Amino acid sequence: MFDNESLNQIKQSRNEWEETQLKKTLAKFPERKEEFTTVSGEVVNPLYTPEDIEWLDYNKDLGYPGEYPFTRGVQPTMYRGKLWTMRMYAGFATAEESNNRYKYLLEQGQTGLSVAFDLPTQIGYDSDHPLAEGEVGKVGVAIDSLEDMETLFEGIPLDKVSTSMTINAPASVLLAMYMAVAEKQGVTPDKLRGTIQNDILKEYIARGTYIFPVEPSMRLITNIFEYCSKYVPKWNTISISGYHIREAGCTAAQEVGFTLADGIAYVESAIKAGLDVDDFAPRLSFFFNAHNDLLEEVSKYRAARRLWARIMKERFGAKKPKSMMLKFHTQTGGSTLTAQQPDNNIVRVAIQTLAAVLGGTQSLHTNSRDEALALPTEDSVRIALRTQQIVGYESGVTDTVDPLAGSYYIEAKTKEIEDKAMEYINKIDELGGAPRAIDMGYIQQQIMDAAYKYQREVETGARIVVGMNKFQVEEESPKGLLKVDPAVGNLQKHKISDLKTRRNNELVKEKLEALRSACESDENVMPHILEAVKTYATLGEICGVMREVFGEYQQSVII
Amino acid sequence: MNSRPIRVLIAKPGLDGHDRGAKVIARALRDAGMEVIYTGLRQTPEQIVSAAIQEDVDVVAMSILSGAHNYLLPRVVELLKQEDADDMLVLGGGVIPDEDIPGLKEAGIKEIFTPGTPTTAVVDYINENVNRQ
Repeated sequence: MFDNESLNQIKQSRNEWEETQLKKTLAKFPERKEEFTTVSGEVVNPLYTPEDIEWLDYNKDLGYPGEYPFTRGVQPTMYRGKLWTMRMYAGFATAEESNNRYKYLLEQGQTGLSVAFDLPTQIGYDSDHPLAEGEVGKVGVAIDSLEDMETLFEGIPLDKVSTSMTINAPASVLLAMYMAVAEKQGVTPDKLRGTIQNDILKEYIARGTYIFPVEPSMRLITNIFEYCSKYVPKWNTISISGYHIREAGCTAAQEVGFTLADGIAYVESAIKAGLDVDDFAPRLSFFFNAHNDLLEEVSKYRAARRLWARIMKERFGAKKPKSMMLKFHTQTGGSTLTAQQPDNNIVRVAIQTLAAVLGGTQSLHTNSRDEALALPTEDSVRIALRTQQIVGYESGVTDTVDPLAGSYYIEAKTKEIEDKAMEYINKIDELGGAPRAIDMGYIQQQIMDAAYKYQREVETGARIVVGMNKFQVEEESPKGLLKVDPAVGNLQKHKISDLKTRRNNELVKEKLEALRSACESDENVMPHILEAVKTYATLGEICGVMREVFGEYQQSVII
Repeated sequence: MNSRPIRVLIAKPGLDGHDRGAKVIARALRDAGMEVIYTGLRQTPEQIVSAAIQEDVDVVAMSILSGAHNYLLPRVVELLKQEDADDMLVLGGGVIPDEDIPGLKEAGIKEIFTPGTPTTAVVDYINENVNRQ
């Protein structure tokens, strides 16, 4: 960006400034801290100048939005054309109650749905399974069969909204249920838009809702890639998620490094299964976190985009620009919210929203102020959605593309995160790839070390969390939190037993046996899961068959 | 004077997979000189009680964020009673609404640590309240 002569001049003037101006001030007014670091623990210099970005080649490293390496965004006009999808993650209790919440959010101007499933659903258990006791409908909606799914989307035209489903181990089953509901509404699969999370590697690393061992899990994922590339072409078949890895305590650079390493594993697995990279890569999507360190976070998204573009082009030989584009959903950082003075969380979420938007996100979920206490109430969800709308319509940051580009700090930081993330990817490659590195506990250990370091900083007061370790007040218990009725568990149990008396159980058995044979062979399992779902076989029955064939994953415990 | 270090079982009951808090507490207790055993995810109350007895722990500390605490935590206390092991100090932590805390304490969970609690508070509480022969 700068020629040598200008750089020399700048170097000279900076030296002068440091020797005279800066020294004089520091002698009188020392800085607040000995060292300034980002939330991730990276040192921040007092000042950034063109010297920090002398490596920057505009065309090679930044280029134009919508063009390789996509540092400045994946679309040429970004938010000037269309704002990001405002997609609030929601779901609790029964399909009926969640359906009401979705309709409320759509009325409030939300533009996409995002389904939260309860833990039994995420782990492939029906609501009447002993391990589901106490968990039904708690952190998301309980879905046991196609009937629940029909209720969940009742009155919501599936050709008009896009739906994201946070579902991983049983992603194939929920996608099949979604397709079956659409079919009943007269919507063909090629019209369906949305995303299934379908990212099992981060479940082993950070989130814990795995079912099967690594190999069959990877096979299910490639089966979905293959099936959708033919029949559900507009569907994002995976959302490779750094979100949960960050929530588990890693740094910004680790979030990028570990997430892209997982992405590499999926691409390798699909190529090994015989798929052409340009057939499935355009449908890969990503999911990142937004924490409080605004400028570090903006740099993180830009770094992730550039690094993925380079990996897809150079490592995997992708040809289509769409295969090299990193599109991502963002969620504000749940773990950054405090139970103390919950209204402060509205401000944190606003900063994080700015980070995601200045970083060029494609869709965004904003957390609600009361999430460190319970599931959000309707009021808090509305404020969280309004935060996005205010940033989108009032702040002006959406009027030009990638407005922070060219900032000495942002560009230096983008490069630093890219380089650090690449170091993690190289290390994981050395260990034999992400699945192997997870098996060895390498990734989990790195995250734990970072999480513990952060916790120490908060406890020693080296890092300030307003309202929690500084500026505390005496507080009353918050009122009006959302509670899920414990009766939901029994209600779901009744629904299942009632369903089992009404459906054609012979047909269910037949379809489940066909699925079993497919699991035992190399055949794609998706068509069989779809058939089984349509007979109203339950999620637990379908996952049960796969459990019997594939076995279950055993976690290696790392502390 | 008991010279054996305090033994603590950190457990994740139920299906919730978020264990950052459990692991951070485990490390902090270990740094404070305690012996820590972590069960890993998805433990039933029966499994937790059996591990606690087998490992002969002084403290059972459970972390839960999924909202299933009102069912799972009292169940552990109940099973410990059945096994005559209710001298163990039982603690809970995680996203647990204030209004649920009195009921849980009544059920025999001695203390509940909610988000934002410094790890030192947990260390101190255990040191002061552990019941050892």
